[in-house]
Amino acid sequence: MLHNLARLPRYRGLIQSLVARELKARYRGSVLGFFWSFINPLLLLLIYSFVFKYFLPQKAEGIDHYELFMFCGILPWTWFSASLLESSGVLISGGNLIKKVLFPAEVLPIVTVLANMVHFLLGLPVLAAFLIYFQRPLSLAELAWFPVALLVQLVLTLGFALILSALTVHFRDIRDILSNVMTFWFFATPIIYPYTIMAPWQMRILNLNPFTHLAITYQEILYFKGPVGHAFWLLVLGVISVVFFLFAYFVFDRLRDTFAEEV
Amino acid sequence: MNAIEVTHASKLYRRYSRRRQFATLKSALLSGSLIRDLNPDETFAAVQDVTFTVPRGRTLGVIGRNGSGKSTMLKLVAGITKPTSGTVRVNGRISALIELGAGFHPEISGRENVFINGIMLGLTKKDIARRFDEIVEFAEMKEFIDAPVKTYSSGMYMRLGFAVAIHVDPDVLLVDEVLAVGDEGFTHKCLDKFAEFKRRGRTILLVTHSLGMVERFCDEALWLDGGKMKAMGDPKRVVGAYVTDVEVTEEKQLAAADAKAAEAAATAIMSPEEPAAAVLPDHPVETAGAPADMFRATEGRWGSREVEITDVMIASSDGERAHVFQSGDRLDVHIRMRAPLAIDDVVIGIGIFNAEGVCCYGTNTSLEELKLTRIYGDAEAIFTVDSIDLVEGTYKLDVAVHKFDGFPYDYHRLLYTFRIKSRTKDVGIYRPKHVWRFSDGVSVDTTPGPHASE
Repeated sequence: MLHNLARLPRYRGLIQSLVARELKARYRGSVLGFFWSFINPLLLLLIYSFVFKYFLPQKAEGIDHYELFMFCGILPWTWFSASLLESSGVLISGGNLIKKVLFPAEVLPIVTVLANMVHFLLGLPVLAAFLIYFQRPLSLAELAWFPVALLVQLVLTLGFALILSALTVHFRDIRDILSNVMTFWFFATPIIYPYTIMAPWQMRILNLNPFTHLAITYQEILYFKGPVGHAFWLLVLGVISVVFFLFAYFVFDRLRDTFAEEV
Repeated sequence: MNAIEVTHASKLYRRYSRRRQFATLKSALLSGSLIRDLNPDETFAAVQDVTFTVPRGRTLGVIGRNGSGKSTMLKLVAGITKPTSGTVRVNGRISALIELGAGFHPEISGRENVFINGIMLGLTKKDIARRFDEIVEFAEMKEFIDAPVKTYSSGMYMRLGFAVAIHVDPDVLLVDEVLAVGDEGFTHKCLDKFAEFKRRGRTILLVTHSLGMVERFCDEALWLDGGKMKAMGDPKRVVGAYVTDVEVTEEKQLAAADAKAAEAAATAIMSPEEPAAAVLPDHPVETAGAPADMFRATEGRWGSREVEITDVMIASSDGERAHVFQSGDRLDVHIRMRAPLAIDDVVIGIGIFNAEGVCCYGTNTSLEELKLTRIYGDAEAIFTVDSIDLVEGTYKLDVAVHKFDGFPYDYHRLLYTFRIKSRTKDVGIYRPKHVWRFSDGVSVDTTPGPHASE
């Protein structure tokens, strides 16, 4: 396993070009092309702000610039959930490669996660525009935490992507279950509501959700003024994520030889 | 030094029962059989205890029937699948021409795909940039290289895939029956490329059904049968043994088919009057009208059985029952008959039909002005063709005993099958004895060219 893991950096050229291909292929043939990476989060934001401003205003109460608050959570969530949903099927759709070419299978889920990360990064200018519009200046201390949060999320997402892609080869049901799980997961994460309004017992449950800590961190960096109080929990999550990633890679590696036969 | 070392390699594939096929995560969890269900119900050995080595710079041809484990063997060597037991070692960079253009993405251009495919096969961007023109040139794709791959024809797709794979410049090249990728010209170019590889001391493992290519091109041949090694060594010898084995199997199949047809005919109820029109015409003039019936006719047997054909044996020159002949071999048809009562009006006829139902030849004793005056009890007629000059293919026989006016005693329609094999892939029905002669203005290379298919 460690031997295979150590070989991963050798594939960076391959991963790089596959991510580029993924991004190019996705918007090829559409009129707006790359702009969809900006437009998609904007549209999503529009829908949610519309719903919470006019249909469920009581939920948005007490939060200034609700759009900005929500955007801080939705943007990373989209990266996370799209990565998981896509990677669950990625080994099956890439079966041709696994069966016919000597190809390191883990590259496929990794590419999925990274391609979605690029979309996330492309959404950041939109976020920045919002920050300027709402006149929310960022301090350097806050900005410094942003790459940390990003890295933790990357490791966590890679772990999920690896384990889901490997298991889906054997249990195709995962793809169907997953879309529902992700919907539930979204509402079980303080993205459209602030963590602070929850009752203590609710908080205890939310704390078990790893993405809670990421969402809170992003909100503290980008939305709330003052120091990043959640930094400790972010680091704890970081350690857990690394352990989880290694576990996921172990599972993936164990199942690796079955892929060529099962996909 | 050996480029490929395969030691007692076996590959078991799992076969699941129906229960497993429909098993889902839910049912596996509910019944608590998650672990048990992952275990196979039975296994199937695609490759079984295969041991061979290929020294560097040699070319090994792997032959065998469909499903004999050739492709699995290739995947084992390529490292795409791992052997269940045994070891496979390869020294040097491998490029496997197993499925051409396997990694192509339909939405992006040929140019971008060449780069990504090259990287997948282990090249760096720089390598590809350097060889790019050569690749495009080889694939004959200059004008289309910037079009999305989804717009390519299958031939273009394969050519580009082949061009990338071949330009990886591997130490060990694995080829799985991919030479059918283009027109004659392109195939020629591929073979030239292989020859160049050979000259440069690269190792090639070639899986193919083209036996001629194995004979000409390979240093050694490996014959796999049912996943096991049947023979390995000199290509001519191994190919010869393989061809003989294939003929024996065909022989058995044809014999079984004959037995089935004869049985079906025996049980079928045939009215003796009706099919008289299908009887071989006695006068050539009538043939003009008759072929329509000949084409339509299917296997069967009819007749009054006053004379019964008890057995028809197609035999080779050694007098043994045979079904497969080389074009030009001697062929005997033994027709055994029984007439319970003495019959004095009797004609014995025979017809040879090819797979399309075209009558290649038909004759009978009356046409050849042999007047048979009496048949009584057990009798045998032997029809001998000294040299069966038919082109390769499967043929069926009509055998009949009838009255001079055509009334059938026993008519066996297309019940007997034999196959003609030929090294020459000439076409038509009949091969007249012939030779080619040339004047001084024509030079002839007596060694067969690499483009000849066999």
